[in-house]
Amino acid sequence: MLPIRIVKRQEPLGWSSCFVLMGAIILSLLLSGFLLLIGGTSPVDGIIVLFKGAFGSQFAFEDALLKATPIFLCSLGVAIAFRLQVWNIGAEGQFALGAVGATWMALSFPDAPAYLILPAMIAMAAVAGGIWGLIPAILRQKLKTNEIIVTLMMNYIAILILDYLVYGIWKDPASFGFPMTSEFSNAAIVGKIGNSNFSWGLLHCAVLGTCLWVFLGFTRIGFEIKAAGDNVRAARYAGIPYDRLVMLVMIISGALAGWAGFLEASSTVNRLQPSIMSGYGYTAIVVAWLARLNPFFIGIAAFMLAALRVGVEALQLDLQIPAAFGGIIEGLILLTVLAGGLFSQYRFVLRRGKRE
Amino acid sequence: MNSDIIIPLLAAAVQSGTPILYATLGEIFTERSGILNLGVEGIMITGALSGFLVAYFTGNPMLAFVIAGIAGSCAASIHGLVCLVFQGNQVVSGLALTILGLGFADYFGTPFIGMSAPGFSTLEVPLLSAIPVVGPIFFNQDLLVYFTYFIPVLMWFFFYYTRYGLSLRAAGEYPAAATAAGLNVVAYRWLGVLVGGFSMGLGGAYLSLAYTHLWTNNLTAGRGWIAVALVIFAFWKPGRAVFGAYLFGGIMAMQLRLQASGTQIPSSLLLMLPYALTVGVLVFSSWWRGKTDEPAALGVNIEPAE
Repeated sequence: MLPIRIVKRQEPLGWSSCFVLMGAIILSLLLSGFLLLIGGTSPVDGIIVLFKGAFGSQFAFEDALLKATPIFLCSLGVAIAFRLQVWNIGAEGQFALGAVGATWMALSFPDAPAYLILPAMIAMAAVAGGIWGLIPAILRQKLKTNEIIVTLMMNYIAILILDYLVYGIWKDPASFGFPMTSEFSNAAIVGKIGNSNFSWGLLHCAVLGTCLWVFLGFTRIGFEIKAAGDNVRAARYAGIPYDRLVMLVMIISGALAGWAGFLEASSTVNRLQPSIMSGYGYTAIVVAWLARLNPFFIGIAAFMLAALRVGVEALQLDLQIPAAFGGIIEGLILLTVLAGGLFSQYRFVLRRGKRE
Repeated sequence: MNSDIIIPLLAAAVQSGTPILYATLGEIFTERSGILNLGVEGIMITGALSGFLVAYFTGNPMLAFVIAGIAGSCAASIHGLVCLVFQGNQVVSGLALTILGLGFADYFGTPFIGMSAPGFSTLEVPLLSAIPVVGPIFFNQDLLVYFTYFIPVLMWFFFYYTRYGLSLRAAGEYPAAATAAGLNVVAYRWLGVLVGGFSMGLGGAYLSLAYTHLWTNNLTAGRGWIAVALVIFAFWKPGRAVFGAYLFGGIMAMQLRLQASGTQIPSSLLLMLPYALTVGVLVFSSWWRGKTDEPAALGVNIEPAE
């Protein structure tokens, strides 16, 4: 027997949990470096290129903010669902349908002015994403169907719907056979703030993040979500309409991911094409968990993981490392952070007295 | 329709269903011990790559198949470590393992895309393959398919007729009572994770060694998630898993044939079929509410004793 006893903490670990987080991230970077070594790349070079690529230039910073926008919005949605213990893994598909909904509006009304077309695109993106979130919620509450697998399968389906449209009826005749729609009209594009390189999408994030924070912290429904998330049975007993709450939360969750899809299509690529699906919806899950479902920390974590993606692109360019390496780092970070949770929940005490 | 079309299609259904069957049986074994492992997709692709690489470098498919199983157990042990030692959330840990496994296979597999390795080919069973209808469907397959005819029976026997199987189920049903009865619940859960991971790795290896014989990215294409859904459809019973896996194999075989026949249906809609069917199958099993063997303590961690 080890001379150590494990004792459950009465109070959750406070600021010291930062050290656990740092330790987890350092451990996962070490493990990633080890995998680089196996793949035949010097891990020191790799980590230097990764960090320089992620934080070393003005361009990297702008690119990271651009990538952080969709991750942040998807992650807000994931976090509010997770808060209620609803495992929405479907941000990726809700994002895809949001982009499809926004594109539908942009292609249908090419001559509409910006003050009409942008709200219409946002509304359609939110509705499409929201419906994609509502379906698994209804199945979960009415039939007890497992939402993890349904949301995940709906990701595959949504991406194939997007493919079907851009390879088929929405394909730009002038695209030389490439699967993409024609470019949106200027009115349907979310542009840059003033002369800077920052998209107005950042402002969308700030406003939506604040709204969600107020909604969760200062409204009755927000309180009910937190209460029901902590204990479903007690919440039902207290008269909280749990079924309706789950559906509402999944609509919000899907609408936020759909909004992210709108921004990606309108602001980043100015059209719909299959390459907009780059796994932001899955990264959002990592972000939400790292940030412990807190909207403010989600902002920070979204930026960090977006910077990681930018760094991995530098790795790809400079050292010919496949882009999939980003997935390895993300997976490792999530696993080590999960494992580190032990230190927040339990204390380790030396056994006193005789050793057995 | 005539039998010249139906019988090859059913034989193809058995073949396409086999990797899913290996994975589903593995997940049933793991879940019966009380551990929910959502990393099946990541474990399968790890097994697929390991199997491919070993076959490519040694030229020995049987060795490759076994190593793929061991690689599956290793990948699953990460989940075991996070959930059984560090008390991490089982849902999130499984997702993380899937992200990690897919990245891992892409990273190490990219140099080998499009290359082929020696694998398994059709091995007719004497006498049995001469039986009309059943013979060409079930006994004109490769060796790895024949293995799956025995595994569900062995699992069923293990669960219901051995002491160890009973203990493993107890760890999944009522860990507190199992502990009180003197069982080492954590050890049985480790057994569930490792043996289950072994079978998931084999399922992945079936894809690279028997189904395609070559390496491509995203070889599993969601089959791991289909397996997780099939566990629910099978009500955690090994026998019903066989039926579910062949159903999906049939859909996948039909989809390939339709694509090859130059149909007017767009390929993205055909590719949607297995995923839509997965949702359908889940809705069906939750609506039907048959007698399920879902372990009561599935996904619930065991708190370390003070």
